[in-house]
Amino acid sequence: MLTFTIRRLVLAVPTLLFISLVIFLLLELAPGDPMAQVPLTVPPEVKERMREALGLGQPMHIRFWKWLVQFFWIEPQVLADHIFGTSFSAGDLRVISWQTRSPVMDTVIERLPQTLWVVGTAYLAGILIALPIGIYSAYRQYSWFDQIGTFVSMVGFSVPPFFSGVLVIVIFSVNLGWFPSIYDTTLKVTDWDSFLRQLQQMVLPVSVLALQVTAQISRFMRASMLDNLNQDYVRTARAKGLGEYCVVMVHVLRNSMIPVVTVIALGVPAIFGGAIITEQVFKVNGIGHLLIGAIQANDLPMVQTLTFIFAVLIVLFNLIADIAYGLLDPRIRYD
Amino acid sequence: MTERDRAAPGDGLAPASTALPGGAGPLETLAGPPRSQWLNVWDRFRRHKGAMTGAAIFALVVLAVFAGPLLWPPDATLIDIRARNTRALTACFSEGEPWGWEGPAAAMSRFFAHIGAVAQCFANPETASARISWAHPLGTDQLGRDILARMLMGGRISVSVGIAAMLLALGLGSAIGVVAGFFRRLDGPLMRLTDLFLALPLLPLLLVMMLLFREPLSGAFGPERGIFILIVCAIGVTSWMPTARIVRADVLALKEREFMLAARSIGTSDSRMITRHILPNVLSPIMVSATLGIATAIITESALSFLGLGFPPDFPTWGRLLFDATDYLQQYPERVIWPGLAISLTVLSVNYLGDGLRDALDPRGGGR
Amino acid sequence: MKTTTLLLGAVASIALAPEAMAERGSDGHVNIIYWQAPSILNAYLSSGTKDLESASLVVEPLGRYDPDGALVPYLAERIPTVENGGVAPDLMSITWTLKPGLLWSDGSPVTSADVKFTADYCMHPEGGCAQLAKFEGVTGVEIIDDLSVKVSFAEPRPNPYGPFMGAQSPIIQRAQFESCTGTRAPECTDANFAPIGTGPFVVDEFRPNDVITMSANPNYRDPAKPAFASLTFKGGGDAAAAGRAVLETGEFDYAWNLQLAPDVLARMAAGGKGKPVAAFGSLVERIEMNLTDPSPDLPPDIRATASAPHPVLSDMRVRQALSMAIDRDLLVEIGYGQAGRPTCNLVPAPAVYASDNTDCMRQDIEGARALLEQAGWSDTDGDGVRDKDGKTLSLLFQTSTNAVRQDFQALIKQWWSEIGVQTELRNINASVFFGGDPGSPDTFQKFYADVEMYANNFDGTDPESYLAQHSCDKAPRPETQWQGENINRYCDPEYDGLLAELGRTGELSRRGEIARQLNDMLTKSYVVVPLVDRGRVSAHANSLGGVVLNTWDSELWNAADWYRVK
Repeated sequence: MLTFTIRRLVLAVPTLLFISLVIFLLLELAPGDPMAQVPLTVPPEVKERMREALGLGQPMHIRFWKWLVQFFWIEPQVLADHIFGTSFSAGDLRVISWQTRSPVMDTVIERLPQTLWVVGTAYLAGILIALPIGIYSAYRQYSWFDQIGTFVSMVGFSVPPFFSGVLVIVIFSVNLGWFPSIYDTTLKVTDWDSFLRQLQQMVLPVSVLALQVTAQISRFMRASMLDNLNQDYVRTARAKGLGEYCVVMVHVLRNSMIPVVTVIALGVPAIFGGAIITEQVFKVNGIGHLLIGAIQANDLPMVQTLTFIFAVLIVLFNLIADIAYGLLDPRIRYD
Repeated sequence: MTERDRAAPGDGLAPASTALPGGAGPLETLAGPPRSQWLNVWDRFRRHKGAMTGAAIFALVVLAVFAGPLLWPPDATLIDIRARNTRALTACFSEGEPWGWEGPAAAMSRFFAHIGAVAQCFANPETASARISWAHPLGTDQLGRDILARMLMGGRISVSVGIAAMLLALGLGSAIGVVAGFFRRLDGPLMRLTDLFLALPLLPLLLVMMLLFREPLSGAFGPERGIFILIVCAIGVTSWMPTARIVRADVLALKEREFMLAARSIGTSDSRMITRHILPNVLSPIMVSATLGIATAIITESALSFLGLGFPPDFPTWGRLLFDATDYLQQYPERVIWPGLAISLTVLSVNYLGDGLRDALDPRGGGR
Repeated sequence: MKTTTLLLGAVASIALAPEAMAERGSDGHVNIIYWQAPSILNAYLSSGTKDLESASLVVEPLGRYDPDGALVPYLAERIPTVENGGVAPDLMSITWTLKPGLLWSDGSPVTSADVKFTADYCMHPEGGCAQLAKFEGVTGVEIIDDLSVKVSFAEPRPNPYGPFMGAQSPIIQRAQFESCTGTRAPECTDANFAPIGTGPFVVDEFRPNDVITMSANPNYRDPAKPAFASLTFKGGGDAAAAGRAVLETGEFDYAWNLQLAPDVLARMAAGGKGKPVAAFGSLVERIEMNLTDPSPDLPPDIRATASAPHPVLSDMRVRQALSMAIDRDLLVEIGYGQAGRPTCNLVPAPAVYASDNTDCMRQDIEGARALLEQAGWSDTDGDGVRDKDGKTLSLLFQTSTNAVRQDFQALIKQWWSEIGVQTELRNINASVFFGGDPGSPDTFQKFYADVEMYANNFDGTDPESYLAQHSCDKAPRPETQWQGENINRYCDPEYDGLLAELGRTGELSRRGEIARQLNDMLTKSYVVVPLVDRGRVSAHANSLGGVVLNTWDSELWNAADWYRVK
């Protein structure tokens, strides 16, 4: 397993480089213009000058090379400087956003806390709710619990957040006034009071997001459990006199986890990526909001950097999932 | 697609874990002339209450959206500005005095007064306090377009896009997942391809697809069919990856099971292994992906048309109707309820269908 | 007359009294929400409204436009004119004088060197300044003394108020930006995110595309202002959410640009926590007619260029019929409510430039049909769509994605179908439509459609450069990489001649006359078909006083005067 992990990690480098190239070419090919949001009152000549100032006049391969150098050489130096107080990066140009004219990574780091607070909590809560629901629904298939679970999760999944988000705002913020409709990103948790306020403003976005996560994962959990509950080994385990709890929660669950682990691993990069629509509805302004804003403004350095970070996480978590398969089912080998 | 429930007699040795358990298959094979396993599946499917309900609702939805326009002829794009913001007939229920509790007798009389007002409203909607009319049973939108007609026309697009895109994503995902899981040599490249697709930013990808393929496709298939193909492909091509990963994971585990070794030891060919032993066993995650996929496809389609990448703006779809109605949530709640209900019903019915199919194909699950 | 004025003055002074006695920072905190989030606070690096208006709380120009479009001095002692000697009689230069005793928020004095530096900063050839158009034709900025600068122009400038006027052209501090000129502009993140200014507030923290926190400027020139000690400027979401936060939940005090369906806005206003306010500027929603043939069968160097005239729309009668079929009152009622009014003019304001053209106001379906008959378009095969020489009268109508525009498209399509014109609708993502990517077929400049709809306006109160957009040489074409503002490819030598005359004329009434004439040439030939004069609707909480909505400058132009109603 160790050699497999190392081999995959080494292989990840060219894969990621290739992915970054594809992303770059895709962004180049996509129609759009960083000047699209500039008012029409600005004459075309001025827009042309502004494009040149962004470096758009240079040929494509030079711009790609520049990004590679900035991202893989200068940004790590900046990080090192930040941690160790050195000054490797002094004077070097970092990856600069076209919208804000500031280093992309600074903005990303600024956005991380609120993204992790909201989307991360929702994901965690979603998984924690989904697993027991999925297990019990399968164990008691077609019981009232299963029926209600199915109904709620399917309706929850069919209703898109652009609607459910507004619905909960109208009910809980406008009519009842229990929770704020706008997330305050400047709130710092310093004491019990501010922690409560933080919880209060997280309730709505987290529940909207968690509903989607729960629906998805509980369905996969249930299906996978159902597949395994009728297998021979379950019968054998029961015949051996193992307790029901042990049979279901140890043997069946372990064998049913493979698809669920896959789904969970696929979702983790998405936590970092934020939830575009939910963030927009509640004004959380996390990374999802940053990405969609950058795409709409054709802020290519920002989009390129963000998508590349997602790519790294995707490759990493898919690798983790692959390793987890081997742990869950030792018969799976990759050599 | 599957013959999982019955050990093919010709194979000689029955794969241990699929055929031995006391399901219906082998017994019936022994009892009389070989009975097609498909009949068994159908029997189980037919007896499955959930599946039949799901099938009935699904058939109803499909029938409504495809044949409905014949029964309800008004044009979905016709603007009747004088009839704009007509409430749905359900608004009749809020006619009359609001309820309250002032002793049983008062409440009783209020209740009957309310029933009377509601009945009066249904019989003669023109007299109601809100603007209600039998000409528009589900009401009209802000331009006076009939919502029932829009729901029917929108459903045709949403249901066909949803199903076609889901099938494409499922087909792609299952094929790539099975191949990657089964053939070790292809696993690496195919999974890296999956990583690549997962990493690509959706919106620029769609913009590029539209840029490259819109004109040629509308040239080859006509504007509407061209856009349909493009949208189905766009959604399909950007949503097969989770299915592929899940299917592959299941196949990896499945491949090491005893019955696979047994099947291989008697020289079963790869393609036969896949169709006979692998696919039937990874069906349940595929079914779940199908249900979730349909919902995602319907919503994604609305996001596309909202971005100006989909059908022309005057073409209604359920997702779009829902989006447009969200602003009017407080004034005209029924406008969000209709499309929300339609999407949920479709997804639920597909979900129960999938459940039934899964149960029917599982010979051991039987009796539930 | 006299007594009334006196009385009014007395009332005004009473009304102003509590404000005058207020002291800086006594009213606590104010919350502003813009549904587009500011990215940068340097007006010279971004011209997005969200960026300019948030920056206008911090940095100020020499003069601003007031809600009526009149010029008011801010950092300048007075607005220079020919009469007061500030503008040279030959219109070749303008001399600005700063108010004495002005301080930057860091306590250092504001001098004419800062003003000159601002011009140098923007006019730097490699800076990519977003407001370069404001400095077009400026040959030099000369320091006369500590408080005065003289701006010279290459040719006589009837309207010399380009540089240093309005939210687009604020004065920045030389000491802060000195090392940020040219290509180094983007490196000065700290300066771009927290400029030192003279405005009522100073930036405490700037989170790009999210939120700004500010506090009162301790060195603001009026010791009693601003009334608020601190301010939060939140960005993001959508107009509906912003409206809800002010009008329904009361979480915020001011919401910008609530472009919502009138009944949705009315319902929100019924929440009672605040009220919408509207004002009009020069923004006009219009339909542009393509005078060139966008047919995909043509080779790319001819398609949609002047060498291929439009087979249908080149005929003025067809264009006029299309305009006559539109009911502008209904469009306003459906789409904009109190924030719109029907118009037939490209230049709806200021009054001196606004034409009295009202020809298009009445919908006339019958008249439109007759015109089309006259132009030779009749329905020979009885399918409801007119045709001529075997060609059906079918148009492709595109616009950007936006709920109101899609409603307008549907309505207009219906009206046109009533006069026998078939319409295919298309909506395009705004970032593609308004982007100038020459590789994309969907940009509004490329105009690969027959008609398109969008809105445009002009900066400040002078429409000269706006009208100049329709000169022959500004047509987008392959040679210009499809850049250019003459979207319709309108070309009339008489128009160009009149335009040149406007450039030479200094006298205001004569300028107005020419501008009106130019406006009529475009709109009475139905090349540009104006639909709605679009105002701006914003909303403020009932407890926020002093809001005066201004569409000619930043909406937050008088934030120093805002106060808490007690």
